[in-house]
Amino acid sequence: MAEKPRTIFEKIWDEHVVASDSGAPAILAIDLHLVHEVTSPQAFTGLRERGLKVRKPGQTVATADHSIPTLDPSLPIADELAARQLRQIEENCREFGISFHGKGSPTRGIVHVIGPELGLTQPGMTIVCGDSHTATHGAFGALAFGIGTSEIEMVLATQTLLQRKPKTFQVRIDGRLGPGVGAKDIILALIARIGIGGGTGHVIEYTGDAIRALSMEERMTVCNMTIEGGARAGLIAPDETTFAYLKGRKFAPQGAAWDEAVARWRALPSDEGATYDRTITIDGDALEPMVTYGTNPGMGVPVSGRIPGPADVEPGARDDLERALAYMGLEPGRSIAGQKLDVVFIGSCTNGRIEDLRAAASVLRGRRVASGLRVLVVPGSQQVKKQAESEGLDEVFRSAGAEWRESGCSMCIAMNGDQLEPGQYGISTSNRNFQGRQGKGGRTFLASPLTAAASAVTGVITDPRTLLGVAPKSAAVSRPTTVEAH
Amino acid sequence: MPEPFVTTTSRVISIPRANIDTDQICPARFLKITDKNGLADALFFDWRFTPDGQKRQPPSFIDEPVNAGRQILLVGDNFGAGSSREHAPWALRAWGVRAIVSTSFADIFRGNALKNALLPIVVSAERHAALTALVVADPDGEWSVDLEAQKVTLPGGNSFAFELDPFARAMILAGTDEIGYVLSKLPAIEAWEATHPARLDTREGALSR
Repeated sequence: MAEKPRTIFEKIWDEHVVASDSGAPAILAIDLHLVHEVTSPQAFTGLRERGLKVRKPGQTVATADHSIPTLDPSLPIADELAARQLRQIEENCREFGISFHGKGSPTRGIVHVIGPELGLTQPGMTIVCGDSHTATHGAFGALAFGIGTSEIEMVLATQTLLQRKPKTFQVRIDGRLGPGVGAKDIILALIARIGIGGGTGHVIEYTGDAIRALSMEERMTVCNMTIEGGARAGLIAPDETTFAYLKGRKFAPQGAAWDEAVARWRALPSDEGATYDRTITIDGDALEPMVTYGTNPGMGVPVSGRIPGPADVEPGARDDLERALAYMGLEPGRSIAGQKLDVVFIGSCTNGRIEDLRAAASVLRGRRVASGLRVLVVPGSQQVKKQAESEGLDEVFRSAGAEWRESGCSMCIAMNGDQLEPGQYGISTSNRNFQGRQGKGGRTFLASPLTAAASAVTGVITDPRTLLGVAPKSAAVSRPTTVEAH
Repeated sequence: MPEPFVTTTSRVISIPRANIDTDQICPARFLKITDKNGLADALFFDWRFTPDGQKRQPPSFIDEPVNAGRQILLVGDNFGAGSSREHAPWALRAWGVRAIVSTSFADIFRGNALKNALLPIVVSAERHAALTALVVADPDGEWSVDLEAQKVTLPGGNSFAFELDPFARAMILAGTDEIGYVLSKLPAIEAWEATHPARLDTREGALSR
């Protein structure tokens, strides 16, 4: 008798439910717990106060990324609070027997960059971290979501979490992306459509031809910003692209275990006929490079578009828009392209991987950044940094006039000294343009690495297609097929 | 571990804005602490102070003497959007907030709030509009939030019921948290683990610090 068709989310959920008392949330087993310095100290203190140990240190891994400086790592850390936090994660890991990829380690980096690159992130797993961008790991067909510090303590103590089952939301991206359009543009377009609370209570599954055509790193960019649409987790069913990425990575299964794992992973994709609580479809052919104009990631337009005014939005959203434009100092009706910039930030768990740096370098190679502009390129991990240097990308950035840094979250969250000054305009490949996010009074435009790099050359927000020598699609008669767009 | 919580009676602060994100509630630079102390001062910091650290003039609503000690917030849709930082509910609780009324809350914030006995009370858009009008008409009226009865009583005696996750409600009423409950289920966890061997060991070949 055929079982009811299930989505990939339901398969992973069902497998990990340990117990489920009537009236209580399910107890969900956690396969991998990622820990960083900012949200964990109080959880370790809680464990100590209860006299508990870390239940599964072998399924727990830690790094330092948020408050760590990206300057010369041999210098002492000037910020005493950050230094203390970094000492504490190291001490906590030592005391509780947790593997720590800390300062000086060649495998240190942003937690959502190192999980995949080390092969820790695998299909079918449940993965949590005290960071909302844990959704990144969903790119592998894992159920991955951010948790608070109380939940970190719960996972450290029990290797489980109490969870109510979320609803399912299919986001299908059909067609094929045009040149100069990438994963960041997909997710910014989605959030502009559903709003930053549009996915609340749901787990998103991304499907469709445009998603299947993405590389693993591009899939990570899409899943990473799922939380900016309000959904705690977003996932993409694993396929040959996933397996090819994972094979041979340090913590990926090997030999017979690899074949067994792949067989198991092949059973994960949603069954034919599986249903979702909600589905929307986006035409990938029609997408353009996107950029935000406001103070949340849902306030985005195509880079060829105009800054909306009160008449362009629902009555209920007018106050929000007016407040956002006042903070940003922008006039409704004006083109977003051409907006003056002070800073360009290329990096973060959204767009700090090697393909992102290659994309930015493809624009900056042989060019100079605009006069007076500060351009910061921050690799997502030390391994990404090393790879970029072996390809000469650091030289491309330096020759263009950009700063090349050690890895970390850096100006995405502005905890480590890398920040916008009050009033400055920055275009950023990161994930949040909230007021003050990148520094007190700083004003952020979110965009792809291509758009950020093109804007670095001109000093104003720029459609990358104008520098890539490709016509915007609306004007194109036939689409070039040889442009490396991502 | 939180104290048991049953009721609060307080005047209300209305913040008629949607999508108030965690970077507004508690900016990231206040996340460098390694304990939970001092966060009352961080609450809505950038709304209260200019980038060079001066108190804004006129002062933000949060610094108006009339709002001191108010324990109930009435806020716009999707409160708590953004990060997983539990510092957001810690800051709200440290300042004195016990209950927040909105049409919706961001998922992670909602969970974090419940773990800190901070009640996220969801109302319909119609009720929200009526409540907002009520605070305008009667800015110093006291509301009573009764978690046991799951009821908010308004000035004049009108009241409305609200839903809250029954498990979280029981935890908050008892002043306990969830770890004890889950630890009581260890046999079930061990049984699950026996049939689901770990897929990796993060310590194997882990590189030196």
